[in-house]
Amino acid sequence: MELTGSQILLESLQKEGVDTVFGYPGGAVINIYDDLFDSPLEHVLTRHEQAAVHAADGYARSTGKVGVVIATSGPGATNTVTGIATAYMDSIPMVIITGQVPTPLIGNDAFQEADMCGITRPCTKHNFLVQDIKDLARTIKEAFYIARSGRPGPVLIDFPKDIQIAKTKYKYPEKVNLRGYKPTYEGNTRQIAKAAKMFLQAKRPVLYVGGGINLSAANEELIKLSEMTQTPVTTTLMAMSGFPQNHPLALGMLGMHGTFYANMSVTECDLLIAVGARFDDRVTGRIDAFAKKSKVIHIDIDPTSIKKNVAVDLPIVGDLKDVLGKLGENLAESPDELAKLAENTADWRAIIGEWKQTHPMAYKQSDTIIKPQFVIEKIRELTADDAIISTEVGQHQMWTAQFFQFRHPRTFLTSGGLGTMGFGLPSALGAQVAFPGRQVVDISGDGSFQMNSQELATLVQYRLPVKIAILNNNFLGMVRQWQQMFFDKRYSQTCMELPIDFVKLAEAYGAAGLRCEKVSDVEGTIKKALETPGPVLMEFKVAREENVLPMVPAGKGIHEMVLAS
Amino acid sequence: MKHTISVLVENEFGVLSRISGLFSGRGFNIESLSVAPTLEPNISRMTLVTTGDDRILEQINKQLNKLISTIKVVDFTGEAYVERELALIKVNAEADSRAEALRIVDIFRASVVDVTPKTYTIQITGAPAKIDGLIELLRPMGIKEIVRSGPIVMGRGAKGVTG
Ligand SMILES: Cc1ncc(C[n+]2csc(CCOP(=O)(O)OP(=O)(O)O)c2C)c(N)n1
Repeated sequence: MELTGSQILLESLQKEGVDTVFGYPGGAVINIYDDLFDSPLEHVLTRHEQAAVHAADGYARSTGKVGVVIATSGPGATNTVTGIATAYMDSIPMVIITGQVPTPLIGNDAFQEADMCGITRPCTKHNFLVQDIKDLARTIKEAFYIARSGRPGPVLIDFPKDIQIAKTKYKYPEKVNLRGYKPTYEGNTRQIAKAAKMFLQAKRPVLYVGGGINLSAANEELIKLSEMTQTPVTTTLMAMSGFPQNHPLALGMLGMHGTFYANMSVTECDLLIAVGARFDDRVTGRIDAFAKKSKVIHIDIDPTSIKKNVAVDLPIVGDLKDVLGKLGENLAESPDELAKLAENTADWRAIIGEWKQTHPMAYKQSDTIIKPQFVIEKIRELTADDAIISTEVGQHQMWTAQFFQFRHPRTFLTSGGLGTMGFGLPSALGAQVAFPGRQVVDISGDGSFQMNSQELATLVQYRLPVKIAILNNNFLGMVRQWQQMFFDKRYSQTCMELPIDFVKLAEAYGAAGLRCEKVSDVEGTIKKALETPGPVLMEFKVAREENVLPMVPAGKGIHEMVLAS
Repeated sequence: MKHTISVLVENEFGVLSRISGLFSGRGFNIESLSVAPTLEPNISRMTLVTTGDDRILEQINKQLNKLISTIKVVDFTGEAYVERELALIKVNAEADSRAEALRIVDIFRASVVDVTPKTYTIQITGAPAKIDGLIELLRPMGIKEIVRSGPIVMGRGAKGVTG
């Protein structure tokens, strides 16, 4: 049977197991939207294309499935770029379909033409311009395969309007054949055996775990490995939900706003096992002071991550689930040596225990003014274990990472690599679409919230019961903190002069709004929000000049922290 | 250190910009780049010359391999290989310098491919150093224009680099 390009797209999406797409219509995708009208695919209409991408991203981060977006050509397509770059930096599997002007007009500066393959080349894993209807089905197949395999990432398909209308015989390919793309899943057994040996000889080992742990669903293998070797685990921002933070071996986050004991452990360790992490500068601080006393084993599916920023003694390329599993099996074969390892490393754990005692993650509670950290702790207390938490970017994001004690994989959605303000609300929206029955909370700052606040409309329209907690300090807090610490308190353009009535704003969209100004009301406000059906916005008036600590000043080693007094 | 790298890529829309964008985006050096299809029309072979220390070269190699469109990457550094470049040089050749120009062309086993009353256009192929040598000798006569193809390389011996 002959189908149009637009029909082929929708059929193929279903073949890929897609049930929901996020998007926004326009002239260059109007045919697709016409076919969507009769399709079993669910479509969520956001109020901005950037938000559609973040929503699909939140959907992907919370489920592990590929997030799908449709946007029109020109401005619709360029609006997706921040979302795509956000997903790219955090290796999130996505397929973004943008309309394009008809092929004969490409290159003519036609109305609403933008060179999307050119614009997104550096922020996609791969991209395609469909030039022939005969290539369409294969292109979609390859796009999904590339997006979800290896180190995942966003893939863009630029889809000209004339090809949406053209017809051809439809057959969805069974297999992909990409001779230039063959990710390595299985770790080299000899390298793994060497890693086991290095492990057994360590006196002060630390596991340094990045976002790859959730992407690879290797969480069980990690827990097992850390328990059998009694090795403490520090996690990056991207991996806070990758290892249970209430585990006795959890060290919390490392890096610029890491815990004292995580940063000291990495500084003092003699074996650093980097797992699906990429030695980002926010993690390492001054690179030549990072884990200086240590041998480094680096396990990652992406060879370019290895030896990019630091020298590595033992590289292992492969899927974490495979490598950590095999490393565990290998070690389990020597129970006596494992027992000896636990003995040899007992002092190390005692030292770390002392660090935890002397410098715990803490803040000064107040009776008179709401501390943002307190709100976060209360949200943890009052939500279910598997509640999904998203954040925007800034102080509230760091406090969430520091204090939220994540327990389940894929429950923390945050823009780590790009640090995109405005990510939290739409990504929470996407997660709620994926899990209508779970609690989803966006922890937000008053600045970031205003970058995609229009998505309140989407929440209300689709009856998505996302709860929003704005920690309102009436500042662009994180920038203000830097200005306070390094620029002599010159608060240039960081005070949001205009106080906004967020409760009224929520109500204007048809959502519920709750304001909380007293410490004693925090708990009640959160409870009420969680009990109220539908979307609820909570505004907490918090201590305005609270700082995120510890903090490693730019250019310093991570052991040179400014600590909470 | 200078490295000459061959990259086999899918001969498809935008592939050149993927490679050049990778170099510019990551701050890698590109000294020269030449591209043309191979025997298999859907595979192109690029030869690029770049510089950097071992760490950078390792990244260049890995990043090139990471591109979906890249089929194979071969760094010829430390291998035995044949390297050739083509250059066209338009040089002033009037009265007294005409004979001198021809003598130099002869020594370098180059050839004159276009003649006007005032100029010769000289074609030379060889290793880049040989071309540099010819240019140095012609320079005093006044070079009006020069085009170099950038080097292409092929490993010595029986084995071929194919997709
Ligand atoms: C799109 C974007 N623009 C600018 C920044 C720089 N930036 C980082 S944090 C921050 C302040 C965020 O303020 P707010 O959302 O109120 O959160 P707070 O730090 O007060 O918790 C800014 C402006 C950014 N990360 N993203």
